[in-house]
Amino acid sequence: MSEAKWMSVAQVREQIRNNSAEEVTARYLETIGKSKLNGYVTVSEKAVEQAKEIDSKGHDGPLAGVPIAIKDNISVTGLPNTCSSKILEGYVPPFNAHVIEKLQAAGAVILGKTNMDEFAMGSSTETSCYGPSLNPWDPERVPGGSSGGSAAVVAGGEAPFALGSDTGGSVRCPAAFCGIVGLKPTYGSVSRYGVVAYANSLEQVGPLANNVSDIAVLMDVIGGYDRRDSTSIDRKIAYQEALKDDIKGLKIGVPKEFFGEGIDPAVEKAVWDSIHRCEDLGASWEEVSMPNIPYALASYYIIAMSEASSNLARFDGTRYGYRDKGENWHSMISKTRAEGFGVEAKRRIFLGTYALSAGYHDKYYLKALKVRTLVKQDFDRALSKADVLMAPTMPNPAFKIGEKIEDPLTLYLSDVNTCPINLAGVPSLSVPCGFTDGLPIGLQVIGKPFDEATVLRAAYAFEQNTDHHTRRPPEVA
Amino acid sequence: MVYENPDGVKIGLEIHVQLNKLNTKMFCGCSSKYHDSAPNTHTCPICLGLPGALPVLNKKTVEAAIKVGLALEGEIAEETQFHRKNYFYPDLPKGFQVTQYDYPIVSKGKVVIEGEDGEHTVGIWRAHMEEDPGKLVHIGSIEKSKGVLIDYNRSGMPLIETVTAPDMRTPKEGRRFLDKFRNILEYLDVFDGNLEGAMRVDANVSVYGGTRVEVKNISSHKGVEKALLYEIMRQKNVIRRGGKITQETRHFDEARGVTIGMRTKEEAEDYRYFREPDLMPMKVSDWIPRIKETFPELPDAKRSRFIEQYGITDMHAKSLTSKIMLADFYEGVCKEGTDPKQAATWTADVLLGEFNYRDLVISSYDGSTIGCINDKDHSITNSVRVADMVKLISLFADGKISDRAAVEVVRSILDGEEEKTPLQIIEEKGLFKAEDDLVTKAVSEAIAENEAAVQDYLGGAEKSLNFLVGQVMKKTKGTADAKTAREMLVKELKG
Ligand SMILES: [Zn+2]
Repeated sequence: MSEAKWMSVAQVREQIRNNSAEEVTARYLETIGKSKLNGYVTVSEKAVEQAKEIDSKGHDGPLAGVPIAIKDNISVTGLPNTCSSKILEGYVPPFNAHVIEKLQAAGAVILGKTNMDEFAMGSSTETSCYGPSLNPWDPERVPGGSSGGSAAVVAGGEAPFALGSDTGGSVRCPAAFCGIVGLKPTYGSVSRYGVVAYANSLEQVGPLANNVSDIAVLMDVIGGYDRRDSTSIDRKIAYQEALKDDIKGLKIGVPKEFFGEGIDPAVEKAVWDSIHRCEDLGASWEEVSMPNIPYALASYYIIAMSEASSNLARFDGTRYGYRDKGENWHSMISKTRAEGFGVEAKRRIFLGTYALSAGYHDKYYLKALKVRTLVKQDFDRALSKADVLMAPTMPNPAFKIGEKIEDPLTLYLSDVNTCPINLAGVPSLSVPCGFTDGLPIGLQVIGKPFDEATVLRAAYAFEQNTDHHTRRPPEVA
Repeated sequence: MVYENPDGVKIGLEIHVQLNKLNTKMFCGCSSKYHDSAPNTHTCPICLGLPGALPVLNKKTVEAAIKVGLALEGEIAEETQFHRKNYFYPDLPKGFQVTQYDYPIVSKGKVVIEGEDGEHTVGIWRAHMEEDPGKLVHIGSIEKSKGVLIDYNRSGMPLIETVTAPDMRTPKEGRRFLDKFRNILEYLDVFDGNLEGAMRVDANVSVYGGTRVEVKNISSHKGVEKALLYEIMRQKNVIRRGGKITQETRHFDEARGVTIGMRTKEEAEDYRYFREPDLMPMKVSDWIPRIKETFPELPDAKRSRFIEQYGITDMHAKSLTSKIMLADFYEGVCKEGTDPKQAATWTADVLLGEFNYRDLVISSYDGSTIGCINDKDHSITNSVRVADMVKLISLFADGKISDRAAVEVVRSILDGEEEKTPLQIIEEKGLFKAEDDLVTKAVSEAIAENEAAVQDYLGGAEKSLNFLVGQVMKKTKGTADAKTAREMLVKELKG
């Protein structure tokens, strides 16, 4: 049996057929055991047992016995769900997220929970209470975030694929930094039930994988309507059927606002090379203007922080998680929150509280909502002329651990190309499109709402005709 | 006659009503029948606010709110819209309450009450849906409590908060409004007012058109009159002594019947309302025709119909329709062929009178039996069957029993003999009306056997007549009417 590393789902299934789910799972667990990436925060004690059960039952689901890693903000019954925050210390959810139910029904084996920025607030995993995960391409660099653990373990061969969540780029940023594929689905296409909310109106669960096909495989399992999520939309999308190596006639829009100030020239070049490659394959491209994109970042942060300030109010030590002692409940709650939340979470709670406060509500929150509408209109316009938009996922490759963490504004700026997509609710996928100094670069393919099919087809065709995704990071010492 | 409102009293009410007859909570599938359950047994990830759990709006809540809106003759919103009201409190599991803010489901309604000077209209500013928090349970008294326990059974129960215009002018009008409002809700079958915490009232009170004071924690519709009386008197006294009314929130202490000023907060609370992103607006305007189709008859309409259909007095009709269950019971009795006027007298005057005397409040009617519970001790329950009421009235109407005997049967039923039929009770107690010839015979015998008493009476000793009446009653085993016996004796002796 070959080493359980960097296998596609098809290869994993082949291994399972030739050997067993138990052996495949055990091999991944062995790799995880030797890992220095700090990608997992919890490794499931039940993974082997689950794999054995799949073997003995002869489970024939689409993911029978295939291992998967889950971001630590997605509830799995019986596994701690900490969101990489001290305040959720000891909390074990008594229920499964909708996507977990779907995965389990499909036969997937959950390897464990992956590291993330605290409550998904960050782009580097450095705000995690467990410390940062390492980028497999350069352990001195961040894997991106907030789903950095999920990206690191996939890129590091510690799981064939993983689930993350994307509020303002949290799947696409780490996918780009770690040289893998990540999809932020259309808002409403994947149930959020059981996913701890950072900013409800913006986020979706998204898959991270080594190739575009595996993204489609995973989406066919986790996508679809769920009545327990009122924002879920009943719309059938056939993801794997969309995988065709044919983009003849595809119209690509290139929004110049995504190539703004501060973009790394190597990134700019790699993205343009990719667009030209698509042109070679029969697509056409045209520059499009999206004039409100420069205001998206500010709007995104105000909305996300405002929602977060409310979402995180429930962590008060009363019912579960970390709890400090106090004279009365007032002091218990304030001490618990003072001790339990990290610096970045507190910063965002403060800012969000401020933006929603009387006297500031209209100036900040309402204005941000207005900008959001304008950004949506920009996407509507741009996507009325083009089938997909292509742009850099991140303006720069992975930065060094510690490089930006003391400067929140610079860190926030790294979301400049990803967060507009969440404001608009459209789907967007990051696919490897080149390297600079040995660090991967991601191409962002943005589509119309619920038109994941076209996004996947464009990314699949690009991938089939390039070899960026076949490069593997050096062994992490 | 126009009520002058000499003190310029203005009363507005904010009423929280629990929609406790909808089977499930507002955003989850937990049963709403938690009132007799152990703490925290009616909970789930949603109503406990566990991370990742999401609300799903119970359509029945919206339907009930629309029903209330239609009954209040208000405008119904096109779609539902929910906001988060953010504040910390241990009984609030999410750290925010899902409520409605600037787009309530109901606006601009009204309720007509019997005011100080006839019909009086109380405006309804708005009625909106929101979720109930859990409940704090102090170990021991609040002052000396060693700790607080939290019961989340109530968490996520659907509430309707109704805000009236300051249109009430006396405490009595306040109570009448609440009685009427509560009655309407019961007619709509969305609310059981007898359950604990079913109705909570805050009042805004001002005198002489001055500053208004909010009185909180009026836990019952009975407390409201007491609270308002006290608060109006307090404000008038402050002004009489040359003081000024300050805008404040006061707490009603029901046991002492007083309102107590709470420490005034330096700043107004900022709840940071914003749209609840987990709930999409639900278009409801097209539900209204369907809801109207099955809309129940409301108290005023029923009252008019009773007068017309049964030929009863307005007093009786008003009394019978004051509770939907009583009205249904009455119609149940009429349906069995009982004379509607007799049925009205025996239900509205006798039965309801006995209920009130015993602090019994009507709590159920299942088509054949009306049930009630003791308002002060909920472990005491009683019931009266339609069939028994029908039989009792017919026995009385046929002259088989006296009215006093019939009342005694009702009392017996309410005193723990509800299992027995009226006939059984009448037989056991020998309550059948004595036949006239039996009384005549007893009178003759009494005169013949008590010569001395007869002579005394004829000699002017009136008291002796009482003795003779007693003898007649004894001989007839109490079935004779004492008044008739006396008349017959006098006639016999004095010719
Ligand atoms: Zn529940």
